[in-house]
Parts: sequence; structure tokens; C-alpha cells
Amino acid sequence: METCTKVTKEWLNTQEYREKNFAREKLVINPAKACQPLGALLCALGIEASLPFVHGSQGCAAYFRSTLSRHYREPVAAVSDSMTEDSAVFGGQSNLIEGLKNANALYSPKVIAMFTSCMAEVIGDDINAYLGNAKEQEAIPKDLPVALANTPSFKGSHITGYDTMLKGLIECLATPRQEDKINNRLYVVPGFDTYTANLREYKRLLKVMDAPYTLLPDQSDVLDAPNLGTYELYPGGTPITEMNDALNAASFLFAQTYSTPTTRKYLAGMEVPVEVISMPIGVEKTDKFIEAVAKFTGKEVPEEITIERGRSIDAMTDSHQYIHGKKFALFGDPDVLIGVVSFLLEMGGEPVHIVCTNSTPLFKKAMESMLASSPYGQTATLYAGKDLWHLRSLLVTEPVDMLIGDSHGKWAARDANIPLVRIGFPITDRVNLHRYPIVGYSGVINMITMIVNTFLEEKDRTSTDPYFEMMR
Amino acid sequence: MSTKETIEFRKQVVEEVLEVYPEKAKKNRRQHIAVKDSECASCAVKSNAKTVPGIMTARGCAYAGAKGVVWGPVKDVVHISHGPVGCGYYSWGNRRNLADGEIGVDNFVPFLFTSDFQESDIIYGGDKKLEKIIDEVVGLFPNAKGVSVLSECPVGLIGDDIESVARRMSEKIELPVIPVRCEGFRGISQSLGHHIANDAIRDHLLGKGPAREIGPYDIGIIGDYNIGGDAWASKKILEEMGLKVVNIWTGDSTLEMLQNGHLVKLNLIHCFRSMNYIAKHMEETYGTPWIEFNFFGPTKIKESILKIAAQFDDYIMEKALKVIEKYAAPMQKVIDTYRPRLEGKSVMLYVGGLRPRHIVGAYEDLGMEVIGTGYEFAHNEDYEKTIPALKEGTLIYDDVTALELEEFVKKLKPDLVGSGIKEKYVFEKMGLPFRQMHSWDYSGPYHGYEGFPIFARDMDMAINSPTWKSIKAPWTK
Ligand code: SF4
Ligand code: SF4
Repeated sequence: METCTKVTKEWLNTQEYREKNFAREKLVINPAKACQPLGALLCALGIEASLPFVHGSQGCAAYFRSTLSRHYREPVAAVSDSMTEDSAVFGGQSNLIEGLKNANALYSPKVIAMFTSCMAEVIGDDINAYLGNAKEQEAIPKDLPVALANTPSFKGSHITGYDTMLKGLIECLATPRQEDKINNRLYVVPGFDTYTANLREYKRLLKVMDAPYTLLPDQSDVLDAPNLGTYELYPGGTPITEMNDALNAASFLFAQTYSTPTTRKYLAGMEVPVEVISMPIGVEKTDKFIEAVAKFTGKEVPEEITIERGRSIDAMTDSHQYIHGKKFALFGDPDVLIGVVSFLLEMGGEPVHIVCTNSTPLFKKAMESMLASSPYGQTATLYAGKDLWHLRSLLVTEPVDMLIGDSHGKWAARDANIPLVRIGFPITDRVNLHRYPIVGYSGVINMITMIVNTFLEEKDRTSTDPYFEMMR
Repeated sequence: MSTKETIEFRKQVVEEVLEVYPEKAKKNRRQHIAVKDSECASCAVKSNAKTVPGIMTARGCAYAGAKGVVWGPVKDVVHISHGPVGCGYYSWGNRRNLADGEIGVDNFVPFLFTSDFQESDIIYGGDKKLEKIIDEVVGLFPNAKGVSVLSECPVGLIGDDIESVARRMSEKIELPVIPVRCEGFRGISQSLGHHIANDAIRDHLLGKGPAREIGPYDIGIIGDYNIGGDAWASKKILEEMGLKVVNIWTGDSTLEMLQNGHLVKLNLIHCFRSMNYIAKHMEETYGTPWIEFNFFGPTKIKESILKIAAQFDDYIMEKALKVIEKYAAPMQKVIDTYRPRLEGKSVMLYVGGLRPRHIVGAYEDLGMEVIGTGYEFAHNEDYEKTIPALKEGTLIYDDVTALELEEFVKKLKPDLVGSGIKEKYVFEKMGLPFRQMHSWDYSGPYHGYEGFPIFARDMDMAINSPTWKSIKAPWTK
């Protein structure tokens, strides 16, 4: 077989190719974003005895489940009503009704979290009306809560779906706010967060700070379930009773900005006090989290927290020399990017390329102003709406020392001959990373460990005899 | 238990498990489950039927069958996942169909190309966008030998005409542009997607390549997706037999292989379910014969080698016998090592369209027994091929629901479960050894003589891992 290689890999590494690549308008290659219902499913898993229900194609449901299972190495339950060609013609009502009936009979959920796949959205199914009819026909008990979310995949991304489902769950489960029934709790919303350890870290910090809290949603026990020799379908999640009382929250604290706007707007409309901070990654952003919680409790920040903070600063000063001046490329979701970039700037690291496929104008503004305000952010460019093939061009034409992002970055990193430190979602080729927090002061230490040790590992692997040293 | 008692017990289990369903679902599901007994030499298991809504199915969709299975492994073609971002994203880099080639130059397997539909595309249609995308593809990847367009749900619903875009663009770029109408709502599982993908190859590529002389020993492998290098392991045996593997459909494949699939003396089909359509078509239209074979485990490999060699001359037969002889000792060594550790262990399987029967022999080579098996998307034909290979008392389940499989496993208590990623962690939480049998759990290959030692080691590792022993805390009762 003759192989007439018209072009070579070298050509892909040229400035000329980069320009051609950036001139593309419609073709998307290796995007760093998934579709809405995946986020909705993740959100739904964080509520006690909640059964995720995909109204639409079963194929989508299989994809969401597999994708989450590969990241967490955990079972991920979700049913679908398996719409097929006839539903495309007649609508998905009969599937939805039969699906609800079977799902309830089999899995006795406390709440069903229903969201849509493309098919249902394109044909314009009215899930609200269908649900009414399902209850009318007694397919499910009238008092079984079913939360609804329209999650069309041709808008937004997985973080949008998370937000929409969260709003749907609160709308469905929470009783109306009553000023005389306000509870004393801080409802903390982590946002689209795929680190079970982050969720546990929030809970630990809130406990140390003596803040009455509800983490909403909370997938930590669902997606990091113990092996006790039995399989539990519903191993945890935000208690339904606390969901019922959500609108009576003393206050809501959102630990992510870009994965939560719809829910925040809804809550504000319900006159619930809402505060939003950046994802607490790095010292400064964690300080903000601590301050927000302290403001809520009205108490002094416990000394324990100050000491904990001090330990993370100690780790930073101990190892600043390995990150200072190093050049980084990053990609991922807006909230994670803001946090990790902020952390790098604190360490004297220099972000150079930042690719955010699911960027928004607000995010762009926030990221750019953060970069502008730091001496280490001056060489950085945010590439909003770009993908990992763009990123590859950037890496080979303007080299950096390290790439930070999810497992999909491994090809670009390899082509650029730099290490990839895996932070983000999905991580399908390394184990246990979701079991180590990246938020909070302990997250600072974990990120330093990952980044610095990767650099040092590289150094050992590539140094020649005379430079192969005991100390690094 | 005697065989008779086993059969009775398992039938009882089926009835108990079905109890949880509402009437209609129960009636439906009962038809998909059977226990093999003496009367039902071909126990009728209903298959290839719609999934019951609201249960948890492992099934995927037509797009998964067409893009993920059939087209994805064609390495020098740019496959556009046409529609919203999700379907392509979830099927990106997670099937392990290995391919050899320069990534981004003549190998596009580890890529996701998507048209990333936005709301405006849904409203105004995506045809214009698709044209532009194809232009951009050839600009950035001039070595691509063609472009396939794999449509996702919305494309079919909004009435786009990807066929005429493909026609126009193919003329313009002077390369094949293949529209594949594999919207996920078509059919009831991956299966129709395989069929649609086969038809697209038939209509757009087969017989349209540069003509080629057929050598006396030229053969093609059909339905080996090179999971973890499976096709390479199969090819090795065939080439040692003196045959020349000129086409693989589709694992580490090229567009030209799809064009010339009929230009062989014989097609060997491994995954019958996903590729039988095209094999039959090549026979009917071009007179290219095909036979099925099975390269899982030394017993089946030997049988298959002899069956394949019998289609050729003495020269091949002689070499075939030598191959069998050459590997007899090393395979026996594998068996001697692992059989004592695995003898009598039982397995329950639930996989796609081939392995629930094809891999039974490999387990038997290790002294293990398959006590339950079923397919995600098989047709009657597949069950007819399966049932004779099973022992009496084997539980057979089609499109088994998550709940059924859990309950069956709890009651039948196998030593090992082999299924997919969605099932894996459920059973591991139960303390049960498990292997993913789609992706080989990131191991493999499992095909051929190269694969069997790995297969044996993996099954042993799963069943005899010391980790299972730590589950119970010493202070719990
Ligand atoms: S993009 Fe649409 S059809 Fe594809 S997986 Fe997502 S919801 Fe399903
Ligand atoms: S072997 Fe099974 S899983 Fe693989 S393509 Fe064939 S039917 Fe699908």
C-alpha cells in the first residue's frame, strides 16, 4: 500500500498551522465540555434517595452513567424512558408515564430527578404536563416528588445542566419560605464539583467553624461509597428534610459562580439571602470562603483554622522555588480555572495559555481582570470558547513547562513533551485523585504536592548522571 | 444440587426476581429470560425488542453502534459527530480500539470532531455548518482519506439533508464523504447502528476503491475492533498460518480496507452481530465467502484454525498444524498455572453481541463454568448460536435490567461477573470479583494465543485478589 504522506507531524507544530487552526470557525475538535444532562445527573445524585431519570434516549443515559463511573470508579444509577422513533412522532408521553411507573416500582425513590436529552427537547415535549398526566393516571403516587429540568444540549454545557437541575430540585422539594420559619443553617452549594474530597473538605471546615450547615447537593457518600460487602443504591446525599427546608435557609453560600447563576437567581427571587464566592482553590480564595462562613456564624475564626492555613503557607514557602517562574497552560471549567490560576499566581507561577471551551463573558472578564492585577499574570491569554486542538497549537508554538487539566489533555501534553497534572473532570487514567481535595488549605498542599513532585519526577527521569542528585 | 434441581431453583429465582415489576413490565421481561433445560434445546428468549421504559438498561443507541463500534476505528477518516457536543464527547477515547499511525496526520482515532450544535443550528438547520466544517477538515487534515458524518438525534428530527451535503462536498473535496444516519432514536439499541453503518460502507465505499489483485491467501477479518490490540493478536496467528490479512473491519482500519473488503479469498467474521450484514452482502454481490471463527481460548482457537485452513490448500493446512503445535506447550503451561486456581469457579456474563457466547470456551479452558449469560443487543440468530454451547441450567437473559442482574447474581452466587463499566462497581461493592468484558478492564488483548495468557492472568487476578478478603472488619459480625 502506498502511503503518500502529504503533510507531516512537523507541519502540525508550525506557526502557519496554528494560524490556520485558529482561523477555523465551525469545526470543533476535542472540546473541553460535555452536555447539559451529565451535569443534571451529577447534581441529582447528591440528594438522598433521589433517582435520576432521563427523559429521552437511553443511549444518552448510558453515556452519562459510563462517563461518571469511569471518573469516580463508582456505580452511577440512572434510568431513562427509552424513547425511540415512534416517540419522535407522537411525543414521549407514554414512555414517560410508563417509565415513571416502572422506576418507582423498582427503586422506590424519595424523589425522582427528571431531565431531558436532546431528542425530547427538539420535539418539544412538555414534561411538566406529562408529569401531571402521569400522576392523574396514578402511574406514581401523587405525593412522590418529581423534580424537572429542561437540559437541552445545544445550549450551555454540563455546568448549565447542573444548575438547572439544582433549581428544579429545590423548586420541587422545598416548601415556600416563611419568615417565621427561617432555620439557622447555611446552605452551601459546591457547584459542578467532581471531587468527593472537596465536598468532605467543605463539611469538615464548616464543622470546625461551628456553622450549622447543609451541603446541597452532596455526592460525597454516593460517589465515594465504602465497600462494606453490600451494594446500596442510595448511600447518601443531602437529606430530603433539609431539602424541604431549603427556602427557609438562613443563607445560601455558593462555592462556584459559573455553574450556579440560574439557581441563585431563583433563590434571590424567593427572597433567600444568597452569597457567591469563587471556588475556594488557593489561599486567597479559601480565605474568602472562611470569611464568608465566619460572617455567617458571627463568630471568630477558630484558631485551628488559622493554624491549618499556616501549614499550607508553610508548604507554599517550602516549595515556591519549584513553581515560581514556571510556565503553565490550563484548560477546564470556568470555576476550576479561576481557582487554579489564582493559586498559581500566589505561588509565582506564570499561566500562559488558558483554554476554556465553556467560557462566558462574565468569566472572561473576571479571569482577565485577575490576570491583569498580578505581576505573574501578564503573559497569560485566555482563549474563550477554544478547544484542545487549539491548545495543542499553542503548546507546540509557545511552549510551557506544564499542562493542567483533565485526562483529555494527555495527547496535547504528549505532543508538546510536557507533563500533564490532572485537575478537573474527567480523570479516567489515574486513580483516586477525586479523593484528595483541591479546595481549602489542604487543597493547597495537595496541589503543591502534585505539581512540584511532577516537576521533580521529570527532572530525575531526564537528568544525566552528574546532575542526578540526592536533593532536589 | 442435581442438574434438575439446579434448573428448578433457577427457574424459581427468575419468578421471584420478576415479582417486583408492575404487570405489563413483568410480562415483557419474562419473555427475555430463560433457563436452559433439556426440553428447550433452543429456549426461545425474546430479543432485539424495545427496552422497557424506566428500568435501568445497559443498552446504548444507534449512534454508539455506528460511530463507537463500526466507524470509529477507521483511522484515516475524519469522523464528524454531527449534532450537539455530548454524544461525541462521551464516545471519545473510551473504547480502546487501538490504531497505529501518526496522530493528527493519518490517524484520527483519538479525536473528537463535532459540529457542537447550538440553538441556532436547531432552528435554522445544520447543513450549511456541516459544509463549512468539511471544508475546514480538509484544510487542517489534508491527509484524511475521507470524512464520515455521524448524525446525532437532533439532526434527524430537524430534517437536515446530510446526504446532499455529503454528495456536494464529496465532489468538491474529491474525497468520499459518507453520511451515516445513525440518530440515537433509530432502533432500540446499538444494533441498528451497526446495520446502518454497514449499509453506509456498502453504499459509499465498498467496491469503489482502486482495484487490486487478489492473492491466493488474501483474507479479511470482519468484526474485530482491535480492543486492546485484539486484532493484532488474531492477525499474528493468521499470518503464521501463511495467510495474508489485507483487511480488518474495523480495527486499526483504513478507508481503503473498507473499499476493498470484497477483494479477498475469504472473510473471517468474529463479531457476527455487528458485521454480518456486510459479510452477507459481499458474498451475495461479489461472491466473497465468509465463515465465523472464534479466537478466544486455545480450544476454540484450534478449532478455528483448522476450520479456516480447511478453506485453503495443503500448504496452509500444513502450516496451520504447525501453528497449533507450536502453541500447544505454551498454552498448556498457562492452563497448568491457572487452572488449579480457577477450577470449578463459576462466571456470569452480560456483554454486547458476541462475547456472551464466544468467550465461554476460554473460561472452560481454565476449568471455569459459565452459569449465566446474556446479550445487550443480540437477535434471535445469536441466541440460537449460543444456547447449544451452554450447559443445562444456564440462566439466559436478554437486555437484562440492572436490578435483575443484581438479583440473579445474589441468588446464583457466581465467583466472577463479567460485564461493563456500568455494572462493575455495583458488583465490586458486593464483594464480588468482576472484569469489564467490553474494554478488557484496560488490559488485553484477549484474542489469540497472545491474548489467552493475559485473559487467564486477569481472571485469576480478579478471583484470587487478596483485597476481597479485607472487606469485613474484624469487629463486625
Ligand atoms: S448531546 Fe444530546 S443526544 Fe448527545 S448525549 Fe447529550 S443529550 Fe444525548
Ligand atoms: S464484540 Fe460485543 S461489544 Fe464488541 S462490537 Fe461486538 S457486539 Fe459490540
